[in-house]
Amino acid sequence: MSKRAAQREWPVAGSAALLRLALRRDRIMLPAWIYGIVLTVVSTASSYDRLYPTEADRAQIAASASTGALRAITGPTFDLTTVGGLTAWRIAGIASVLAGLMSLLLVVRHTRAEEEAGRTELVGAAAVGRYAVPVAGFLVAVVANVSIALLSAVGLIAVGLPVAGSFALGLAIGACGLVFGAVALVTAQVSGVARAASGTAGALLGLAYLLRAVGDSGASWLSWLSPIGWAQQTRAFSGERWWVFALPVLLTIGLVGAAAVLLPRRDLGAGLRPERPGPPVAEPRLAGPIALAWRLQRGALLGWTAGYLIVGAAVGAVASDVPDLLGNGAQAKELIDKLGGGSADVVSTYLSLIVGLLGLVAAAYAVQAVLRARTEETEQRAEPVLAGAVQRVRWGGGHVLVAALGSAWLLLVAGAGLGVVHALRTGDAGQIGRLIGAAMAQVPAVWVLGALAAALVGAVPRLVAAAWGVLAVCLLLGQIGQLLSLPDWVLDASPFQHSGNAPVHTPQAVPLVVLLAVAVALAAIGAAGLRRRDIG
Amino acid sequence: MTDPISVSGLSKRYGHTQALDGLDLTVRAGEVHGFLGPNGAGKSTTIRILLGLHRADSGAVEVLGRDPWRDAVPLHRRLAYVPGDVVLWPTLTGGETIDLLGRLRGGLDQHRRDTLLKRFELDPTKKGRAYSKGNRQKVALVAALAADVELLLLDEPTSGLDPLMEEVFREAVTEVRDAGRTVLLSSHVLAEVEALCDRVSIIRAGRTVESGTLAELRHLTRTSVSAELDRPVDLTGLPGVHNLSVEGDRLHCEVDTAELTPVLSRLAAAGVRSLVSRPPTLEELFLRHYGDELPGQELVSA
Repeated sequence: MSKRAAQREWPVAGSAALLRLALRRDRIMLPAWIYGIVLTVVSTASSYDRLYPTEADRAQIAASASTGALRAITGPTFDLTTVGGLTAWRIAGIASVLAGLMSLLLVVRHTRAEEEAGRTELVGAAAVGRYAVPVAGFLVAVVANVSIALLSAVGLIAVGLPVAGSFALGLAIGACGLVFGAVALVTAQVSGVARAASGTAGALLGLAYLLRAVGDSGASWLSWLSPIGWAQQTRAFSGERWWVFALPVLLTIGLVGAAAVLLPRRDLGAGLRPERPGPPVAEPRLAGPIALAWRLQRGALLGWTAGYLIVGAAVGAVASDVPDLLGNGAQAKELIDKLGGGSADVVSTYLSLIVGLLGLVAAAYAVQAVLRARTEETEQRAEPVLAGAVQRVRWGGGHVLVAALGSAWLLLVAGAGLGVVHALRTGDAGQIGRLIGAAMAQVPAVWVLGALAAALVGAVPRLVAAAWGVLAVCLLLGQIGQLLSLPDWVLDASPFQHSGNAPVHTPQAVPLVVLLAVAVALAAIGAAGLRRRDIG
Repeated sequence: MTDPISVSGLSKRYGHTQALDGLDLTVRAGEVHGFLGPNGAGKSTTIRILLGLHRADSGAVEVLGRDPWRDAVPLHRRLAYVPGDVVLWPTLTGGETIDLLGRLRGGLDQHRRDTLLKRFELDPTKKGRAYSKGNRQKVALVAALAADVELLLLDEPTSGLDPLMEEVFREAVTEVRDAGRTVLLSSHVLAEVEALCDRVSIIRAGRTVESGTLAELRHLTRTSVSAELDRPVDLTGLPGVHNLSVEGDRLHCEVDTAELTPVLSRLAAAGVRSLVSRPPTLEELFLRHYGDELPGQELVSA
């Protein structure tokens, strides 16, 4: 009796059971994230080991990599004469972003999203402490990040890198992941909606990346404001600075404490801010499935637009400095070749790399916007719509339309931001049209990914997550495909391979038209599937 | 005029689960038809097929004279649906949701919308995520009841409503029937079905086990008889007598309605001091069909 009473008063009672439940629910997704990130880190190390076996090879890169513009993309350079140092320079930032993204999605998924779905109420009525759900949600992120840290370290040691540096790099990535898990724990308390909680945490992750990008290309103190910067400043393989780890650990503790303070100040299912009443009647425009899809997705698109505009303008601001920063040596060109360029014009090559990245991220937008249709369906909100006089294809098509026009709009905005700022700096107004054209050349490949997601939603709804897998493969092929010297036919599997490398070369019509045709065919498969299958 | 809903031999399988196994259902024009069955009997599956959201594996389905799978869109202009588990868009207010659902169907009666909001005491300015279960249900009910349609498909529409609101719901459904419209009402609340429905169909494990007016169903079943007699009488062995219990001169049993006459004459011969005979409640009908699934059944027979 007294034992049971004691259990009930313990505010985290039940966390262990909830953690086991969460790990079971994520038994496929979690290993996929962990191995994906570990594999990215370890395969980078092993390919550098193969491509630049001697110190002389590496010294050449070191000379060209220590420049502002490249550092803005990858990170600060320390000792690039070792394979480990090169690996840390190339991958610490990207892997930290991925770990942060994974962590924030996990934490929101197991805290606010559960609460929104009403399952927390069910759980909370059992002998479960008030803090059990957030504690279990955060522990999922802890398990994932510790796994990433240890497996990365073991993998790097297996490649033949020094033990201390391997652990430093692995732990740096995991620590950054934990920070953003804790950030999400706080945003999940503040916001009443899961989508807004992960959106806010994601925006902070983007801000952290931007801070260190600006910091690493000049004002280095800014990098110290960013958890991603901290991961790099631990200087794995370049004389590890272990004290830097105190920063992510302290911030994580502080954020978890803040979440613990905020939690009792709100009701279950509510955010910190009270609900404001909304309009009692719908505006006349909200009258069909396409208008509904737009209404549901417009807020997210607004956020993405702001992000694309800022990134476009920021890149435009530094582009013309790239030659000065890179120098004109043969090594610089070789490096930019390895990164996927292939032109004597360094500025254009740099811009084409950025435009390619903007295309990939726009594809992520398109995929999630299309998959919103599937979410609507699984959460049973499609049923009342389709019980109205609404054609299925118009309902699904509404979300596809938002995805297609939204992704094209994002690239237009980024291209315009890039072009206008670059034109101001170079005094060449022709850059505006040239860079908008370069960004828009990415649209057909982006649409192929969005249409693939639509085909899955329509024809094989159980496998919609495969759209993310394909996007991840495209990302890896584009980022490290050439580094791994993969055969051309493998690289050509990515639609982005056929987007051309504008603004280096003028976009070619034929491959773009072929991509558009593929996108249309995939969308048609989705439409045909949606007409034939059961809804829900 | 054809029946608004006419279903025969309907089958539907999901993976290894046989959800519907030769279900029949006929709903006549202008009636409120009760659709009863335990959880998992296939009520919601049937309604999804009637809406053309799911496709039947075999069997004939006609709704308002049309094939719901092929003609879903024109058909949906003429019917309204309230799902059993109402999920709203978290960022849309209740008022916006009602208007949207109405417009998707081709418009709704503005005056009736406002009256129903008042009667159900629903605040239309709250966001979808802020509503309780009962209030979410009200949003879907107002949207459906305010629609100018011939047929209403209601899947357990009162779950989560308090007794006062259940009463409002009953009045509203009665008005719908008085206006000559047809309602298919799937429900667990037997009192509600008894109060509202002209005819009922009881389904079990994907099949229709009973269908007809309440009076017809009662006739097919047993009447409960309690009597106080001058002297004891032995009814054992008489055909149609069940659950017989005798306590001195008091006797209680259930009798197959068709066998009532011989039983009553035997009682009369023993001298009747008092007699209570009662038709079975819907609850008893229901329990008889699902009895072997109820955990309490052994206690009853013991």
